[in-house]
Amino acid sequence: MNKHATPNLKAEKIVGGVATEQRHDSAHKHVSGTAVYIDDMPEPAGTLHVGLGLSKVAHGTLKSVDLSAVRSAPGVVDVLTHADVPGANDISPSNMHDDPVLAEGKVEFYGQPIFAVVANTREEARRAARLAKIEYDELPAVIDIWDLDPVKDKQVTTPLILKRGDAAAAIAAAPRRVKNRMWLGGQDHFYLEGQVSLAVPGEDDEVIVYCSTQGPSETQHLVAHALGVPSHAVTVEVRRMGGGFGGKETQANQCAAIAAIAAKKLKRAVKIRLDRDEDMTATGKRHDFAIDYEVGFDDEGNILGVDFTYALRCGYSADLSGPVGDRALFHCDNAYFYPAVHAKSVPLYTNTVSNTAFRGFGGPQGMVGAERVIDEVAFAVGKDPLEIRKLNFYDPMDAIGERCFTPYHQRVEDNIIHRIVAELEESCNYARRRREISAFNNNSRFIKRGLAMTPVKFGISFTKTEANQAGALVHVYADGSVHMNHGGTEMGQGLHLKVAQVVAEEFQIDLDRVKITATTTAKVPNTSPTAASSGADLNGMAAQNAARQIRKRLTDFAAEKYQVPLDQVVFLPNRVRVGNQEVAFNDLVKQAYISRIQLSAAGFYKTPKIHWDRSKGRGHAFYYYAYGAACSEVSVDTLTGEYVVERTDILHDAGRSLNQAIDLGQVEGGFIQGMGWLTTEELWWDDSGRLRTHAPSTYKIPLASDRPKIFNVKLTDWSSAYEPTIHRSKAVGEPPLPHGMSVLHALSDAVASVADHKICPRLDAPATPERVLMAIERLRREAAKPA
Amino acid sequence: MAETKTRNEIRFILNGADVALTDIAPDATLLDWLRLDRSLRGTKEGCAEGDCGACTVLVGKLSAEGLVYESVNACIRFMGSLDGTHVVTVEHLRGDGEKLHPVQQAVVDFHGSQCGFCTPGFVMSLYALWMKTPNPSDAAIEKALQGNLCRCTGYEAIMRAARAISSYGKAAKDPLAVERNDIAARLEALRDGARVEVGSAKQRLIVPADVDDFAAALEKEPGATIVAGSTDVGLWVTKHMRDISPAIFIGGLDGLRTMSEADGVITIGAGVTYSEAFETLSKRIPALGPLVDRIGGEQVRNMGTIGGNVANGSPIGDTPPPLIALGAQLTLRKGKARRTIPLETFFIAYGKQDRQPGEFVEAVHVPVPAKGTSFAVYKVTKRRDEDITATLGAFHLTLAKDGTVADIRIAYGGMAPTPKRATAVEKALIGKTWSEATVEAAMAEYASDFTPLTDMRATAEYRAMAARNLLLRFYVETTGTKAPFQVSRNEAA
Repeated sequence: MNKHATPNLKAEKIVGGVATEQRHDSAHKHVSGTAVYIDDMPEPAGTLHVGLGLSKVAHGTLKSVDLSAVRSAPGVVDVLTHADVPGANDISPSNMHDDPVLAEGKVEFYGQPIFAVVANTREEARRAARLAKIEYDELPAVIDIWDLDPVKDKQVTTPLILKRGDAAAAIAAAPRRVKNRMWLGGQDHFYLEGQVSLAVPGEDDEVIVYCSTQGPSETQHLVAHALGVPSHAVTVEVRRMGGGFGGKETQANQCAAIAAIAAKKLKRAVKIRLDRDEDMTATGKRHDFAIDYEVGFDDEGNILGVDFTYALRCGYSADLSGPVGDRALFHCDNAYFYPAVHAKSVPLYTNTVSNTAFRGFGGPQGMVGAERVIDEVAFAVGKDPLEIRKLNFYDPMDAIGERCFTPYHQRVEDNIIHRIVAELEESCNYARRRREISAFNNNSRFIKRGLAMTPVKFGISFTKTEANQAGALVHVYADGSVHMNHGGTEMGQGLHLKVAQVVAEEFQIDLDRVKITATTTAKVPNTSPTAASSGADLNGMAAQNAARQIRKRLTDFAAEKYQVPLDQVVFLPNRVRVGNQEVAFNDLVKQAYISRIQLSAAGFYKTPKIHWDRSKGRGHAFYYYAYGAACSEVSVDTLTGEYVVERTDILHDAGRSLNQAIDLGQVEGGFIQGMGWLTTEELWWDDSGRLRTHAPSTYKIPLASDRPKIFNVKLTDWSSAYEPTIHRSKAVGEPPLPHGMSVLHALSDAVASVADHKICPRLDAPATPERVLMAIERLRREAAKPA
Repeated sequence: MAETKTRNEIRFILNGADVALTDIAPDATLLDWLRLDRSLRGTKEGCAEGDCGACTVLVGKLSAEGLVYESVNACIRFMGSLDGTHVVTVEHLRGDGEKLHPVQQAVVDFHGSQCGFCTPGFVMSLYALWMKTPNPSDAAIEKALQGNLCRCTGYEAIMRAARAISSYGKAAKDPLAVERNDIAARLEALRDGARVEVGSAKQRLIVPADVDDFAAALEKEPGATIVAGSTDVGLWVTKHMRDISPAIFIGGLDGLRTMSEADGVITIGAGVTYSEAFETLSKRIPALGPLVDRIGGEQVRNMGTIGGNVANGSPIGDTPPPLIALGAQLTLRKGKARRTIPLETFFIAYGKQDRQPGEFVEAVHVPVPAKGTSFAVYKVTKRRDEDITATLGAFHLTLAKDGTVADIRIAYGGMAPTPKRATAVEKALIGKTWSEATVEAAMAEYASDFTPLTDMRATAEYRAMAARNLLLRFYVETTGTKAPFQVSRNEAA
């Protein structure tokens, strides 16, 4: 049965080209439960299952590891330790050699995997894993970073310093100054599908790993490294993930390596799927930060100089902490021009799980620091923070003057934040609501409202230059149907759909003629992880490049066969006009095949223009910026600190969106995720270094009933990428997340009302009801003090 | 007494098929059975603790209202509890011909899925809602989705889909509605009045024939695990891998699923779920309605019981404080012997209750507050819905004609090793004029009643401060002013 409609040869437009609203390619499978995730795949006969044995101390040497009871437990086939790793016991993604597959000699956080039980069933493996008798010689553990010394204490990687101008002198000379510190909590990814890998051994040294990973190539390389085999022996494949958000950029590698090692050793298929508690305990999260800031400004609220120290809790190893800290610094300006700036990162070692990528990759943390500085200035000069924000924006793209240089010396050339903020201010009735809220608060003893608008400017590109490349593989079959493959991975963001739209557009064929296929290292090699919001930008371009190669061959073929000039071969919807006649695309393809035209192509793309010299802190780090703004209103109960979000309005720039429906979902979802990070999602370690918020019963991500009561989200319908990106669209994965800042600042505004907006609330994050109430209490105490 | 028949298999309907299992462990979960034994992999595991909803399926059961389908968490639902029910998974949904079901099509058209992993669970929760309420309010949708986590969409697209479902089809024409009588007859046929005993030695489960049979079974095996809704016992297995054999499943016992009112006292059978109790409680004791709505998610409320919440003895159970403030009593039964005690005396110490081996909680008796008294309960959590209490205060005030406090009962959860009265605070209020000055003076007494702990839900300081302030909130709410004194998701009508 062929469900595909016959292509319409008279259509004026193809179905499913770029800049159209298309439903997620797998939506019908999502809703019917037929979309296959790794754990849903039929297991090969004899598949074994892994359970992990995790450290019960935060820091210590392994005095003795007695696994005899584990080995003799029912159903156990084998127990693996570091000694069973045939290659390097090292899955560090940053070449630091500080991330063992299984702990060797020492453990450095509570929950670190020490051994892996392989059993006939998952339950048997889990049960057996609890029977280990492990003795530790405990060492002092560093859990928190608040009291650590940014100079003396151990760091996991090299810090970054950004500077432009003489910040210290500018601050010293400024009419007014504020210096303080803020706390910003981390965040668990809480992808609904936990970490999972299924390894199937092959001939010789081969192994296929089906892995829920955002970075199949890196998973491949690290599995090969751990197995001690060339990368060509390892194939990593993923059709889709049940959410990633950065949590499967490097964190998938450990499970993949363990499954592959066991599969090769036992010559059986091996699956590992972490239980939620293990997943949250043993895999990395968004970095928490302690941000020191000092700002010099004038009486109007113009910032004259800023100094930032971003200390981040990295956990026990480097993982991606270096670049995460870098990206925090890259966003310490958010949308603001600093005449003089000094900013440094301090990537601190702690005896906690190694923190990792998470949507925004440090960028949101950098921005939160910038917005705190804005708040400080606003309270100091007694103005609405929005006024201070607007006062300090970078120059707009149509009037670029001196105020266009970032702390890393890149010129901001595409700034549209003024227009976005102006439009949003108007559409959300900011000024009127500000007055109404003021009146409400005067008449309400316990419930206080707050309002805030926060901007976003987010830099797009990997700061690791070599990551800004992508490959794709496109086949056109003799019947005119198309097989599309690229190096990006699907985690719900609609990447495959967008890239398929690009391919459909190039060939001018309906979207259902383009088959989306699983990402595999066997088809496209050396790919970058699907991260940094780059998926569509990079892979869309690579797939376009592949399609264009084939189209060019078809054009040449048609011109020659029908004896017309090249410019008389025009791809129309589902057909090609060749001179005076129209040939169905499928027919032209068949003719081309018969004439032995190559109908397959590998595409490639590398982002132009970008460069970055980390040692100098200078460069054109980002190809372009994505912009947006959000305005939130909250009600706070000043007796308990409980709150609700009354309304949020967002205007977001996705350039010329490839698919507005998909992009709207990214903005809505990104905002809610950012809001969760800054409000109810609290990671809490006890004194022994054990994470106690390791499941949804204790770790609270937003629910449907946490959405703003009124939620207006729009994409700018006028913006277009300044650079020639794929169809002038902009990346949209990470940039919307920091819109959650508007809720933090609205809460701060409500808190400020208890002291007549005279004291900066310095509300730290996550702003749980507890933090809100404590901030209210502090302001009341301070307001009551004699002046 | 007629001798009880014994049957050695669990019988239920899975989607369209009759199932009979003679070999099933007491701790086997529905989720694992669906995925591993039946290869029905549309139902997902997200957390294995009933908090994310990725595993949501429907369970249809015969009740006083006929055949009722409810959303439940398959991850913490034991197979033994399914005897005599109809289990419906996402694979069973279908529309006309080759089309998707209206719920599914709405989610597709409104872009309600992104990664798709939570989606089958959302579809099932929305399906249950739509069957009961084809045109739900936003508040009703949010309530139905309290137990479903989505990390991608931000929920807005799912809300749009949920509002539109009825434009895709009629609930009355849904296959489960059309086949209702047939399924009900098949379930009725499964009710043979037998006791179910499956397994032997270390893996044994019992589904008693009725309450008397349960009492006899427990008396004989006082070490057995009593499983009602399994919203807590489920986690003993999935998280702690505890052995629960022999397990006695009582969730289906009609004799424990009754609610009645006599002489101003509501008697709630120990097997009554939160969902079943909701209507009566919210009508008769309005302050309990919004509280019940904030216990777990819909799936948990469809499984969890008030009796279990009490019997469990947790210091952060949400029903004991209000029930204590209302002066509730508890009936415990062992064999044929019953005793009734004040609820507050049931909680002896952390992990220790006044329940003898072989004894079980049979019913809770809740006095409806007298006219002219004030009763309120406030739950404080990190996240508003589906969260566990940081502190919860319940207040029951009787004012004398002269405006003095004739009586006040205050009880808290989350503040001590057990649910606990604030006796010093009460003492500071009784006999005094009900005024802000009196309340402020009494707030100082919290320190002698409670020494709360710091944990992942809140610090001791916050618990103490918020708990104190709840008394002030109660005071101002009883003074009759119309201004809002709590933030709320849904404005009062």
